[in-house]
Amino acid sequence: MRQLVVAGHGMVGHRLVEELVEAGGLEGPDGWEVTVVGEESRPAYDRVALSSAFAGAGEDQLTLVSDGFFDTPGLRLLVNEAVAAVDPEARTATTTSGRVLAYDHLVLATGSRPFVPPLPGKDLPGVFTYRTLDDVEAITAWCAGRRTGVVLGGGLLGLEAANALRLLGLEVHVIEMAPRLMPVQLDDGGAAALRTRIEALGVHVHVGASSQAILAGPDGTVSGLLLADGTELAADVVVVSAGIRPRDDVARGCGIDLHERGGILVDEACRTSDPAISAIGECAVAAGRVWGLVAPGYKMAAAVADRLTGGDATFEGADLSTKLKLLGIDVASVGESHGPGAILDDPGSATYKKIRVDEEGRLVGAVLVGDASSFGDLVQLHRSGVVVEDVLSLLAGTAAPAATGPSALVCSCNSVTTGDLVSAIEADGICDLATLKACTKAGTGCGGCVPTLKGVLERQLAAQGVAVRRGLCEHFPDRSRQDLYDICRIGRVRTFADLLASHGQGKRGCEICKPTVASILASLGGGYVLDGEQAALQDTNDFALANLQRNGTYSVVPRMPGGEVTPRQLMACAEVAEDYDLYVKVTGGQRLDLFGAKLDDLPAIWARLGQAGLESGHAYGKALRTVKSCVGINWCRYGVQDSTEMAKLLELRYRGLRSPHKVKMAVSGCARECAEAQSKDVGVIATEAGWNLYVGGNGGFRPRHADLLAEGLSDAELVRSVDRFLQYYVRTGERLERTAAWIERIDDGIDHVRRVVVDDSLGLGAELEAQMAAHVEGYECEWAATLRQPERLARFQTYVNEGAPT
Amino acid sequence: MTILDPATTASVGTTRPPRDTSSRQNRWQDVCGLDALTVERGAAALVDGRAVALFRLDDDEVLAVDDVDPFWGVPVLSRGLVGCIGGRDTVASPLLKQRFDLRTGDCLDDPAVTVAVWPVQVQQGRVAVAPPPSLAGP
Repeated sequence: MRQLVVAGHGMVGHRLVEELVEAGGLEGPDGWEVTVVGEESRPAYDRVALSSAFAGAGEDQLTLVSDGFFDTPGLRLLVNEAVAAVDPEARTATTTSGRVLAYDHLVLATGSRPFVPPLPGKDLPGVFTYRTLDDVEAITAWCAGRRTGVVLGGGLLGLEAANALRLLGLEVHVIEMAPRLMPVQLDDGGAAALRTRIEALGVHVHVGASSQAILAGPDGTVSGLLLADGTELAADVVVVSAGIRPRDDVARGCGIDLHERGGILVDEACRTSDPAISAIGECAVAAGRVWGLVAPGYKMAAAVADRLTGGDATFEGADLSTKLKLLGIDVASVGESHGPGAILDDPGSATYKKIRVDEEGRLVGAVLVGDASSFGDLVQLHRSGVVVEDVLSLLAGTAAPAATGPSALVCSCNSVTTGDLVSAIEADGICDLATLKACTKAGTGCGGCVPTLKGVLERQLAAQGVAVRRGLCEHFPDRSRQDLYDICRIGRVRTFADLLASHGQGKRGCEICKPTVASILASLGGGYVLDGEQAALQDTNDFALANLQRNGTYSVVPRMPGGEVTPRQLMACAEVAEDYDLYVKVTGGQRLDLFGAKLDDLPAIWARLGQAGLESGHAYGKALRTVKSCVGINWCRYGVQDSTEMAKLLELRYRGLRSPHKVKMAVSGCARECAEAQSKDVGVIATEAGWNLYVGGNGGFRPRHADLLAEGLSDAELVRSVDRFLQYYVRTGERLERTAAWIERIDDGIDHVRRVVVDDSLGLGAELEAQMAAHVEGYECEWAATLRQPERLARFQTYVNEGAPT
Repeated sequence: MTILDPATTASVGTTRPPRDTSSRQNRWQDVCGLDALTVERGAAALVDGRAVALFRLDDDEVLAVDDVDPFWGVPVLSRGLVGCIGGRDTVASPLLKQRFDLRTGDCLDDPAVTVAVWPVQVQQGRVAVAPPPSLAGP
């Protein structure tokens, strides 16, 4: 047996041992006997997820060591002990407890230490670094009962630390010397968006600020921070996160070559200047630099494990593309992110995206803040070097997933390629994402590649003939309704012709894509739905502003908000019904439907209904139909709130809103639920404590009970929630997809919708509300608008030839 | 001047002179001005008691078929949406969405069903149609 000593049991050191075991390195007469020396009191844990410990994640959730792993014969773990000295001649390592370990090969995986600038007061009680679970415990204990914290450093780890303090209930200041947050990964625009979002969480950000001294209070503990400009910030705790330095002391002590600025120099095999000693992870300078991320560390571990089992693997650098969730905010950078590029900067939603391509159109780098959903595709594009044909779509996040070969790496955390995924999908008949992740481990690390995984799965299933709906029709084979909505919204495309030319194929469009785009343009505030090109796009019913019936006549449905109607309006309905010989039926939505009207008579009928104060009920559109209600507190002995007034308010607010499919609502005045709100797309039920909001209910072909979205809402909160819900549905629903099917389709279903609508996790709240406000502002009854302009009446003619009878 | 070849007349820009619509022999019937038709939409016309669906395409070509939806026996095809499916110019019935080739009258969704195609002429801003060849007398 040969002896291997691993100095350091962090993430990378442990990965090395795992790789070695997996490669059979412990087996046979020539196998390795491994001693791992770990300085901390606990075995390796997930340091990347350190801040989740503040959110309550226990040690067992963070540990990387599976139960019984070190019971494997040939493996030994020493904790609370570090390698203190190495004798390269004798090939022995001496530990801090005086133990002497003989080795045939030594791997240094000692990681890095936090850099603490030489500030006065840096050793005061209440000053911490942030790297280990022990740090977490010490900070947690110290912060109990304290109110304000300062974090020195606005980089990745500093922001993690800020989040940790925030989770402990402290008011937090972040001090960054550079003029922006995360100066390494982000450009100015991305950093600005990140700052907006972080400040919205109540964290104070000071950039371009140098620290002068950490101040002490009368009790000798930290009381604040003095900045170079003289500002004093009061603080009960200071966390220093000003960068890392490789831990190279042991190597330094035994004469191994170091980099001039620190770090153990290694070759492409991760060997040091002594071939019996390797170095991996953050203590090493490999391919010319220190790699401060875990993925490159894992690659080094894999290379060394391979070498130890007779292979010749090398480490030649790694992709530094990263996707993080900082304080719940998505931040990602791909490739070389600094420099000019195409930018999508939306200060309203604090979303920022920059995409850089070279002269040939290949992706050079990208920055994403606020929404990193396109990260996976961008990384693929960057790695594959495929030419980006349409930067605008890529920016809008609507480009088709990157086309890549089987060798393309999808999950860099676990080194899973497209080929691996495809064979797993084919061989094991996998048809859902969860199984694919479980079988291949892809997407189980940082999770950044999950959208790409999904794309690969969908493409593969489609290739196998399993139906995966994505493209709308032959004119937009790769675009879903959601894609087209985004293109129109972000790219400000406002005509079907432009959309077809820029993002579709073929000519003319068809009965699928035309009404879909008409609806999108209407949702985006396209104005009167029958002017100009829009006239050609509308479905038959929208074109006639009435519902075509099986005999070629139309039905007429005036709006009766909340089911309320005046005697005068009832009389107007009765009179036109009599004069035009219409059949009258009370609908399930608490209003009247007048059947049998001829196309030519529609304007005259509506002129009379309009005089009685009735307006279009939009029964002809994929739009809000009715808000059904009970009589509520005014009449009913059980009612606890005014359901009829609320139904009227909602119906008048959302009337005319074009959506992927029709939308039905109801408001019940008490839990007896006489308005059947739980079978509606949006259902509201009154309680003593406020309104309960249900969404995604359906009657019809496949009934579905609505899901509870939020409880105990005030009137204003209810309206705000419904605003957001409807606009998010309009934005992301597929063609003819009711809210019930929509919620069942999207990942995480109602939980996702709740995060977006209630918690504003995507930061879209204000934007969605503004869109709804614009809709409410721009609403006009389509029949009133039609009657106002005589030239709009020409289409209500059964025959176009002059003199033909009607 | 009797029967015209529909293949040469069912298109824009024909060089034939305007027809005298009063001639008993002339099968062309003036219907309406091109301006009366909305681009990329249909409209119905009544010709000799028969409903015809006229469609003005984006290049101002006008195509015509019987207005009656053969699946329902109701004159509504003119109210359907114009499309282009696999390179064929089509209209989708507004009732149950079966699609018809505007040039051949074939139903794309049911090979057993067709609608009659009417030859169309557009000249000097006027649209004229002739009865479908199947109905054309001597």
